[in-house]
Amino acid sequence: MSTLTGTGGLVRLILRRDRALMPVWVVIPCLIPVAFVSAFDAGYPTAQARAAYAATSVHNAAFTVTYGPLSGSGLGELVTWRAGFIPVVVALAAVLMVVRHTRAEEEAGRRELIGATAVGRHAGLAAALAATCGAALVLGLLSALALTGAGLPATGSLAYGLGLAAAGWVFAGVGAVAAQLTSGAGGARGAGITVLVAAFLLRGAGDVSARSGGGLGGLSWLSPIGWAHRMRPFAGERWWVLGLAACAVAALTASAAALSARRDLGGGLFQARLGPATAAPGLRTPLALAWRLHRGPLLARAAGFTVLGLVLGGIAQSVGELLDGGSPAARDALARLGGRGALADQYLTAMMTLLGLVAAGYAVQAVLRLRAEESGGRAEPLLAAPVGRLRWAGGHLAFGLLGPAAGLVLAGAAAGLAHGMNTGHVGRELPRLLGAALAELPAVWVFAGLAFALAGLLPRLAAGAFAVLAASLLLGWVGAELRLGGWVTGLSVFAHVPPLPGGDLSVPPLAVLTALAAALTGLGLLGLRHRDLPVG
Amino acid sequence: MSDAVSVAGLVKTFGATRALDGLDLVVRTGEVHGFLGPNGAGKSTTLRILLGLTRADAGTALLLGADPWAGAPELHRRLAYVPGDVTLWPNLSGGEVIDLLGRLRGGVDRRRRADLLERFDLDPRKKGRAYSKGNRQKVALVAALASDVELLLLDEPTSGLDPLMEEVFRDVIREEQRRGDRTVLLSSHILAEVEALCDRLTIIRDGRAVETGTLAGLRHLTRTFVEADLAGPADGLAGLPGVHDLRTENGRVLFDVDTDALGPVLGRLATAGVRGLVSRPPTLEELFLRHYHRTGATASTTSTGSATSTGSTASTASAGESAEASR
Ligand SMILES: Nc1ncnc2c1ncn2[C@@H]1O[C@H](COP(=O)(O)OP(=O)(O)O)[C@@H](O)[C@H]1O
Ligand SMILES: [Mg+2]
Repeated sequence: MSTLTGTGGLVRLILRRDRALMPVWVVIPCLIPVAFVSAFDAGYPTAQARAAYAATSVHNAAFTVTYGPLSGSGLGELVTWRAGFIPVVVALAAVLMVVRHTRAEEEAGRRELIGATAVGRHAGLAAALAATCGAALVLGLLSALALTGAGLPATGSLAYGLGLAAAGWVFAGVGAVAAQLTSGAGGARGAGITVLVAAFLLRGAGDVSARSGGGLGGLSWLSPIGWAHRMRPFAGERWWVLGLAACAVAALTASAAALSARRDLGGGLFQARLGPATAAPGLRTPLALAWRLHRGPLLARAAGFTVLGLVLGGIAQSVGELLDGGSPAARDALARLGGRGALADQYLTAMMTLLGLVAAGYAVQAVLRLRAEESGGRAEPLLAAPVGRLRWAGGHLAFGLLGPAAGLVLAGAAAGLAHGMNTGHVGRELPRLLGAALAELPAVWVFAGLAFALAGLLPRLAAGAFAVLAASLLLGWVGAELRLGGWVTGLSVFAHVPPLPGGDLSVPPLAVLTALAAALTGLGLLGLRHRDLPVG
Repeated sequence: MSDAVSVAGLVKTFGATRALDGLDLVVRTGEVHGFLGPNGAGKSTTLRILLGLTRADAGTALLLGADPWAGAPELHRRLAYVPGDVTLWPNLSGGEVIDLLGRLRGGVDRRRRADLLERFDLDPRKKGRAYSKGNRQKVALVAALASDVELLLLDEPTSGLDPLMEEVFRDVIREEQRRGDRTVLLSSHILAEVEALCDRLTIIRDGRAVETGTLAGLRHLTRTFVEADLAGPADGLAGLPGVHDLRTENGRVLFDVDTDALGPVLGRLATAGVRGLVSRPPTLEELFLRHYHRTGATASTTSTGSATSTGSTASTASAGESAEASR
């Protein structure tokens, strides 16, 4: 039996399990650059307008960090530059997918079941890599097709698409190595995402240095995220960069296979350390346990929200300058997407919605921890102790409500600090942006409440809260662009948040959202009170 | 004194599955009660209803004299539970889990905790995911046994334990038994364990109690195997009530006999003149297998009913038929 026997069957198993999830992350990144093609066509119809836009943007360090270097003012160059964060999204999806089908399976004990059948030692790893790399290739080719269809040159489109695929391949390899290191899937994800963030920052620092004539331009060659940009789609494609990616993929795959051969099933290279023999005095209530379970993710997200706030706030001032050269249509487009007032405030308003979405994602995730505890069998021993079900559920709900609140406070304050330091008005901007971020909270709580209501009433469908969130995001984003009717965009929860900091603060919608969140939470409590536990 | 657990006519359905179908179960205060049944018989479902986690569709359940659903969190101060499938939090050590569960119940007896950890040979410093199945089971057992409660609900607590640890478990339960004031409801698959520990037992199949009583009482339900070398022909043996499966091999007669019909049959053998006799007493295994077999459910003859049988006569008899068929 070869070490790869059975890989084909396992690939089919992965495709079967991910048949709903995979199309989402493969198709959505293909649609975004197409949307940018029409946006640039409308906003900057002439070569002159595009050149002016490029001339302003090229000097904006924050944009260079976020999107990468801008190589020229052609339509293709502008579109792929503006879509420069997509490689990060693809890389993230690749890491998560590989870990999901390797270490997470092992942790759940299902890998053992399969390992005992006639499959080779490396078949599981090979299948996860093959399925992920295949998905990334499809994503790249679809992106190329979509851009060609939108009227861009085929060669550049292909280079752009393969650049995306390569980012997916390399980070699939990163995920494969990370999955060998720790014995928990959470740790493997953390390691993979840390590498991704480091690659992102390395590329940003290198590109900014190159732009300003510093000596560190070579840094971005060290970042796999940078390679997609280095292929220079639409600007004299450099195909040999793909070879670089291929070498990295080969090296990472070989390391993952070697590490996997050296360790035991279920074990990692970093063994879990021993814990205390007795519990700390405080660990005596369901809330204290919830704190133990939520604090790691909470601290990680607090750091993430702070960085997000600093970066988003740091960019704000340069946004106004950037759009000065744009046509009225460009301003019109932004007006449709955001609030009123100065351009910087418009930008900040849009960013607050983004923060709200991220916070809502966190809220749903934290509330669903309750379901994971229940279906994982960890709720049963607690509920068999003198712990009421509502008290048990309340511990997790508290983190679903307060965790995102803390995240918004940190992000708002950090954005205010960064923007205030750029404009010299910290005293004015900090409270203003803090308030604007907190205005998102009622909408965020609606999602926490929704997830909780589902967990109480329809436990098996609780993850549907994520689907409602995604629909809300799409409606808010595409609805304005496609000029859908007000009642359609009104379905998005975030459409009812007052447009701050640009617009006026109106309290009634916030009160209604808060009441809705409270009602949903009540429904969840009612459901939990009356239903069987645990439901698998 | 009232019974620790008393359940009557309990029904629970999950969609099309009828997990409990009129279950009766009485656990007397102070006894160790064995709860036996094949996979999927409804043992875990019963325990979850007794814990007030799951609500029954029909029937009554009383736990320590109260309604388990309405009295849920308060009643739990007086009991400890070991789930059938123990999962632990990956980032908590075994010691932390034991302390947390103990404190939730109102306190941990440090001496008892240390003693149990030593006897079960358990390292409390390991994190949840580093424990094997057996060790996770031990964490739950130590957490339950270290607390001072009236009632222990144990759902197949020794699955995954090695024989040495199983022996430790038996010792600990026997000590509990000697104290006399603790009640134990022990769901199990291991006959030797039930034989060694339980005062009374209930066998459940397809959500219904098919037998309940003391071990000695239940033995009466089984048949003794007899092999006799006779001096003369044993006429009329086949016609005696309670004799089954009569056959002759090498001049010896072999048959099974209902235990309560043993007397007259031995009398008949004696008249024929016995030169040699081998008899094998009924084992719990046999009793068990009769109830575990699911085939032949339509047969309705040869009642083996007795005072200790609470299940419907038809189901008991059909099980007997199938056991015969499979021999
Ligand atoms: N939550 C549930 N949902 C659906 N069916 C269940 C559920 N819990 C138990 N069952 C079904 O009820 C029956 C009894 O299960 P259980 O009480 O776990 O049996 P045992 O513990 O005796 O092995 C089985 O057929 C099982 O599949
Ligand atoms: Mg069970």
